[in-house]
Amino acid sequence: MSTVRATKSTASLRHRLAERGVDMSLLMLVPAIVFTLALFIYPFSYGIGLTFQPNPAIQEQWGGGVLANYRAFFGDAFVFDSIWLTMRLALPVALFNVLASIPVAFKLRHRFRGKKLLTTLLVLPITLGTVLTAQGLLIFAGRQGWLNNFLIQIGLVSEPLKLVNNYWGVVFSLVISGFPFAFLLISSYLSGIDPSIDAAARTMGAGWFQRFRRIILPLLAPGLATTFILTFVLAFSVFPSARLVGDAMGETRVMALMAYRAFGEQNDYPMASTIAIIMGVVELLVVAVVLLWRSFLYKGSTGGKG
Amino acid sequence: MATQTLDRPTAPVKRGAASRPPGQRALVASPTTWFVWAGVAVFFVFLLGILVSVVVDSLGKSWFGSWLPEIFTFSWYAQAWDRFGMAHVIGVTLLVAVVVIVISVLIGVPAAYMLARRNFPFKRTINLMFLLPVLMPPITYGIPLATVMYNMGLGRSLVAVILVNLVPSVPFVIMTMTPFIEQINPAIENAARMSGARMRIVFTRILAPLLVPGILAAAVLVLVRTVGMFELTFLVSGPQSDTLVVAIYRAMTAAGGGEPRALISSMAVVYTVTMMVILIIALRYISPTQLVARVKDSRDD
Repeated sequence: MSTVRATKSTASLRHRLAERGVDMSLLMLVPAIVFTLALFIYPFSYGIGLTFQPNPAIQEQWGGGVLANYRAFFGDAFVFDSIWLTMRLALPVALFNVLASIPVAFKLRHRFRGKKLLTTLLVLPITLGTVLTAQGLLIFAGRQGWLNNFLIQIGLVSEPLKLVNNYWGVVFSLVISGFPFAFLLISSYLSGIDPSIDAAARTMGAGWFQRFRRIILPLLAPGLATTFILTFVLAFSVFPSARLVGDAMGETRVMALMAYRAFGEQNDYPMASTIAIIMGVVELLVVAVVLLWRSFLYKGSTGGKG
Repeated sequence: MATQTLDRPTAPVKRGAASRPPGQRALVASPTTWFVWAGVAVFFVFLLGILVSVVVDSLGKSWFGSWLPEIFTFSWYAQAWDRFGMAHVIGVTLLVAVVVIVISVLIGVPAAYMLARRNFPFKRTINLMFLLPVLMPPITYGIPLATVMYNMGLGRSLVAVILVNLVPSVPFVIMTMTPFIEQINPAIENAARMSGARMRIVFTRILAPLLVPGILAAAVLVLVRTVGMFELTFLVSGPQSDTLVVAIYRAMTAAGGGEPRALISSMAVVYTVTMMVILIIALRYISPTQLVARVKDSRDD
């Protein structure tokens, strides 16, 4: 490309631009870019701007001029603690979903009769949606539900376990909606690994643990990181189930609930934006750490892509 | 043979495997296999329990503490249908889903094509821009976006619901279609272009037929996401533009303890049945795993 410039080539501007990959066909990108700018970048920047225009009430109570919203967020323990409460839910759940999916995806990767049925069944919870899951958990795992009934009948517990309207209710609902998703992703990453690599290791006498540790895991790790990020995002933004099967003003007072409280119940848009933006920052920090770790991993072909 | 393949251990047990002739399966599964199947079983017990209890609840009357309700009835469905205008709500849900699918495919596929095939300045920045909406929690951008919508007077309208649902859908189509397009051999397009086909012809005659499975898969996933999307819709929708999930949530959290439980259960059942029908039909034709990688079925050894 530098030669083109050095020799002051007679080629037209259009030709030179095309050499750098700029030509008319780039127009195909325009709708997507315009769309993202208008519906994502602009509202987002607007929201950030809004955080510096606190409502008079907040300003009066917390002081700090344009930063009043932030002072309110970090000063009000009721709101500030929601960061910790959200993390306490999202991190274990995301980790569990990924770790539990690996062995299941592993066992189901070979061909056997009924595989499609089993995969379909495992994926079906995606269709349940958070609301039905919440309703079902309330009935099934509630004080008088079948689960507690059964546990009492077989004598495992004497008092009904409290499984909903607290931390565990939200965990269950997040696992039920997040696990199938993690399973689906991990099994497709796993199917992208060329089985002949594994077979080659086996011919050299590697045991299953060695093969898993030295062959499959390194090839799978980037996929695991991606899956972890996506399930973490799902769990981190938990909102309906935190309200429906959780303890909305106590143990599961997640950030999304706090943001919605400011938005829908107090009609304080600047404060709502502040909580939302801080929520995004916290989440991106976790994602960045995982991505950083992923950047040290093997990135080449896994041999399975057609 | 069939039953034996089911509990074949992936990992040959040290001694047993060596003493077995190649190609023969172990009759007794290894402990890890049992462990995995037990885990899957527990998951299914929970899943079934949740599903069945909602269905039973929606069909029963006066169900307290006993194993099954005393009376079975369909009246909750009829009540829910009238009371919440279910026909309207389902209509809105499907309309929103279809419009979102069409628009996000029309916007997303050309962009995915460019990202898969070409190099151009600022490609990484643009890629990141498309990735962000998928990575951020919906509430994070949903609240500023909803504020903008309300300021523009679009709040509670159908247009607003469609627009907010497009925000995660378009990047989602781009993200799923890019690897799919990457694995189509570029020689096919080049050949068409050499024979004098314009870009438009290449797209409609050559690429479109090849892309159909990918587009269908992406469309199904967008459909599932849109119908199930709660957060974004909830922030901007009103009584006339509520989708099914939002309507159920509102009924559950309505002031004064919410609606009778069985009424909500029957709505939830309608929701799930709709979704399952869609998904089962879709899964018969496509496998979602083909998106991440062309599946190469592992050989049978």
